[in-house]
Amino acid sequence: MKNGAVIRLDEVSKGFGSQLVLNRISMDVPRGRTTVIVGGSGQGKSVTLKLILGLMTPDSGRVLVDGEDITRMKKRDLDRVRSRFGVLFQGAALLDSLSVFDNVALPLQERTSLGRDEIRDRVMATLEQLGLTGHENKFPAQLSGGMKKRVGLARALQLEPEIMLFDEPTTGLDPEKTMEIYRLFSETRERFGYTAVIVSHDIPKVFNLADQVVVLNHGRVWSFASPEELQLSDDPEIVGFVRSTMGTIYRSGGVE
Amino acid sequence: MILESLERLGDWATYWLGDIGRMGRFLGAAVRGVFRPPFRFRALLGQLREIGANSIGVIFFTALFTGMVLGLQGYYTLRKFGSEGMLGSAVALSLLRELGPVLTALMVTGRAGSAMCAEVGIMRNSEQLDALECMAVDPFRYLIAPKLLATVIAMPALTMIFNVVGIFGGYIAGVELLGVSSGAFMSGMEGSVVDRDIVMGLVKAVVFGVVVVWVCTGRGYFVHRIRGAGFGAEGVSRITTQAVVISSISVLVWDYILTAVLL
Repeated sequence: MKNGAVIRLDEVSKGFGSQLVLNRISMDVPRGRTTVIVGGSGQGKSVTLKLILGLMTPDSGRVLVDGEDITRMKKRDLDRVRSRFGVLFQGAALLDSLSVFDNVALPLQERTSLGRDEIRDRVMATLEQLGLTGHENKFPAQLSGGMKKRVGLARALQLEPEIMLFDEPTTGLDPEKTMEIYRLFSETRERFGYTAVIVSHDIPKVFNLADQVVVLNHGRVWSFASPEELQLSDDPEIVGFVRSTMGTIYRSGGVE
Repeated sequence: MILESLERLGDWATYWLGDIGRMGRFLGAAVRGVFRPPFRFRALLGQLREIGANSIGVIFFTALFTGMVLGLQGYYTLRKFGSEGMLGSAVALSLLRELGPVLTALMVTGRAGSAMCAEVGIMRNSEQLDALECMAVDPFRYLIAPKLLATVIAMPALTMIFNVVGIFGGYIAGVELLGVSSGAFMSGMEGSVVDRDIVMGLVKAVVFGVVVVWVCTGRGYFVHRIRGAGFGAEGVSRITTQAVVISSISVLVWDYILTAVLL
């Protein structure tokens, strides 16, 4: 696929009732890079993520993962593609009837043939890496927002995904916890080398992580090779977006 | 005005046809999930405890007083015809063929079906079902199949408990309280109940079990697609009420259909 794009949205439209959320948008997610999708509330950021995951079907257009159109796939093929993804949901989406340990172990129990001891070792190692040792027997309702996100990240990383999708990873977190999530993102991305897609409205802080920025606004899409390019754009809509969300220029290249 | 009415009618028909189609596909996927490995035996045992064992108390008291009321009503009705000796037969046949499976299904709907609907609905709203799908874990196999299988196993067992306790209740009311001969009660029952009556009740119990799980988990699963359900906790609350109502009515409709077919 062109420029090593691992995900491509091609002329995708999606509406709900009379409201058109995405209007023939196209975008590429380059392999091995971090793409940050920004936009105001209700502009279709989470819808875009769900289209990439095959949780929603577009009204028209194609969603390609390594050249395969997932919108027309059978469930078995879609599962094969999904097994390459890891997802950190906005509310972490932990199964609330399972303990922290069982949540993190779930992908290994369901998707691999590993034995009980091996699963235990791997889960405990991941929990330790994410600072969750000692919390393995707690249930999601007993965890803070930041801890839920860490458990969600631990679960998503269990199968060492090629592509990680983050849906508003810092929403509802205080500045300290936000920085912690960004630090964990940088660490895990370095360790696993995954392609990342981050949907966020945490502008401009999230730009510290971005290699590429995609702006969704009123059903349309603008792609920029870097946060700097976004800020230097002379498109009136982007100029207005930049003015309303930030003022200074941020450089890409990881959290300092 | 006419055009608007036609438009609304078309919209309504399209929505309901879509809803029926979704529910039909849901049932197919749930049944397929039962036969798709890996099987979740621990989850099945947990659901058997939740749906089956934990319902025994409710079933016991419902059956006991249903049987006692049947004994009372039956006695005063049969006495008009001088046929008090038929009380055992009347109580047993009413319970085995109709009241046992139907009331068990209604109790399971109220106790376990509503909980299933709320659980699945909350999982839908909090993206837990999306998370399962994204991990390439089939929610039907993982979540719905253990509930379906457990209910299909538990319903006949609960129905048989209902029948036994109900007959015992009828015996207490008829024999112990109203003085019907114990021998007449028992021999009347033995003389009139045949295997076919018991089989009919058990077939109904299995079908009602499928209906209860299908409707209750299905409404929860599609809470985001159901028109007028609303969102969040209110949406789950409304859909749970709707699931209990639809499930209860469906049980009665299927009761008629099965009775007509099996008689």
